[in-house]
Amino acid sequence: MKFLRDTWLVFARQMQLMLRQPVWLIVGVVQPLFYLLLFAPLLKPALGVRTDAEAYELFVPGLLVLLAMFGSLFTGFGLIAELRAGVIERSRVTPVSRLALLVGRSLRDVVSLLFQAALIVVVAVGFGLSVGVLDVLGAFALMAVISLMLSAFSYAISLKLRSEDALAPLLNTISQPLLLTAGILLPLTFAPGWLRRVADWNPFSWATDGVRALFAGDPGADSVWQAGAVIGGLTLVTVVWASRAFARGVR
Amino acid sequence: MIETKGLRKSYRSRAGRETRVVEAVRGVDLSVKEGEIYGFLGPNGAGKTTTLRMLATLITPDGGEAVIAGADLLKDPGEVRRRIGYVAQGGSTWDESTAREELVLQARFYGIHKAEAQQRATKALEAFQLTEYADRKTKTYSGGQRRRVDIALGIIHGPKVVFLDEPTTGLDPQSRAHMWDEVRRLRDEGMTVFITTHYLDEADALCDRIAIMDHGEIVTEGTVDDLKREVAGDVVTVGVNGAAEAATALLRGQDYVRKIEQSQDHSLRLYVDEGSVAIPHILRLLDHAGVELKQMELHRPSLDDVFLTKTGRSLRES
Repeated sequence: MKFLRDTWLVFARQMQLMLRQPVWLIVGVVQPLFYLLLFAPLLKPALGVRTDAEAYELFVPGLLVLLAMFGSLFTGFGLIAELRAGVIERSRVTPVSRLALLVGRSLRDVVSLLFQAALIVVVAVGFGLSVGVLDVLGAFALMAVISLMLSAFSYAISLKLRSEDALAPLLNTISQPLLLTAGILLPLTFAPGWLRRVADWNPFSWATDGVRALFAGDPGADSVWQAGAVIGGLTLVTVVWASRAFARGVR
Repeated sequence: MIETKGLRKSYRSRAGRETRVVEAVRGVDLSVKEGEIYGFLGPNGAGKTTTLRMLATLITPDGGEAVIAGADLLKDPGEVRRRIGYVAQGGSTWDESTAREELVLQARFYGIHKAEAQQRATKALEAFQLTEYADRKTKTYSGGQRRRVDIALGIIHGPKVVFLDEPTTGLDPQSRAHMWDEVRRLRDEGMTVFITTHYLDEADALCDRIAIMDHGEIVTEGTVDDLKREVAGDVVTVGVNGAAEAATALLRGQDYVRKIEQSQDHSLRLYVDEGSVAIPHILRLLDHAGVELKQMELHRPSLDDVFLTKTGRSLRES
């Protein structure tokens, strides 16, 4: 009960601060929009599909996973700024739930991600993407879980490092191979065998496959429940680890 | 209100390949009474902030015990948190928030419900003369205003004890004087105030009692006046017109005079327990004997003299 209340307090404050500077929400969505406008048109001929709609069906899911990953993995920078300003220490001397300090922030990240994802989908539909509402909601649920996982991870790591200079190279080192082997920009059906086997170890590759199946209007596909299981399991483990590390860090 | 025994903390620090253990605090025994302003004086790096952060539950002591406002620091830090307030040295406000938002949130973190939190914030803003800026972002505040918000945040839940870590560092003289008044007001409202400082004049002007810390240990402790008297006593300098010998002979027998020195300009330096008591006696004695007085000066020892005596160096140097 106290945990829920405290989480709400932290979440509400973070939301309030975010809405005060809504420009950041837009900035976060600009990069994926560029991909949508400037990269997606290349795909129809490159993928050998017949219509724009088909190309978007393949591309938008990857773009959404990209957004979920990159929108959440770098949120730790904000925490380091808060540490520096003394805001975290001020919270730590109160009896507020330590876990709520983490979860409240992560939930804010989930909400901002979903807003951005909705924006992308709306724009893509304008370009001719056609997708069922339930399928989109399913995809959003998966993205929310990814976002929760990566933002919790990011907060825990940044609390350990306490320095932007250390955090940036670390996150880039992690995120680049994850991005490239997740089949985000192009489906891994084009990949040579060894690369596909590497991708099998990348949970986000499973997520991309799952979201693609949903956008293809096939929620019953194996890849959908597999994505849910892989991402769900990993999120559970990550969030437990992150909250322990976080709670130890802020005691 | 605060009782500690053998509180200690060491850190591992790495220099090249060698790991060194730095004993930041090596066994601190403290006893702070209810309703006093207790000063923790010492040079930078003496262990003041580490001690304070231990007492405020921010770092766990390696050993020792402490009871703060009736709660056990090691066994029940959660209860300690409810009973204390803490104001960090480096500030605690978020640039994009307003003072009112910060105060309400902080109160709610202590479990206070919304309406009450808002009332408290309004009251605190008034008390700290911040009402005018209450709804502006804190990044527009001056250093002094920010520091007042920090303190208001530290006491929004009505703690019994408040810890202030160098509350006036970096403030201009006027804001500093203002801050001293605020600290006295907290004490007058019944709070026990525990304050660290490396300013001698601040400890002198503000604190009911002080402890001097150096190299992780408390070297001395007491009221400011007692400490000064203990180390040096007061010095009365008496200038007599060519009658130094006669005056020395007269004064030597007096029981309030501890020691007499004759300086090069033939004035006398009298070491006495309490200058204000000794001066009338000295005046009367010399007057009776017909010794003509040229001038008279009272020098009271400063906290720096205390520090010098206890640690062998001046606080200003360290």
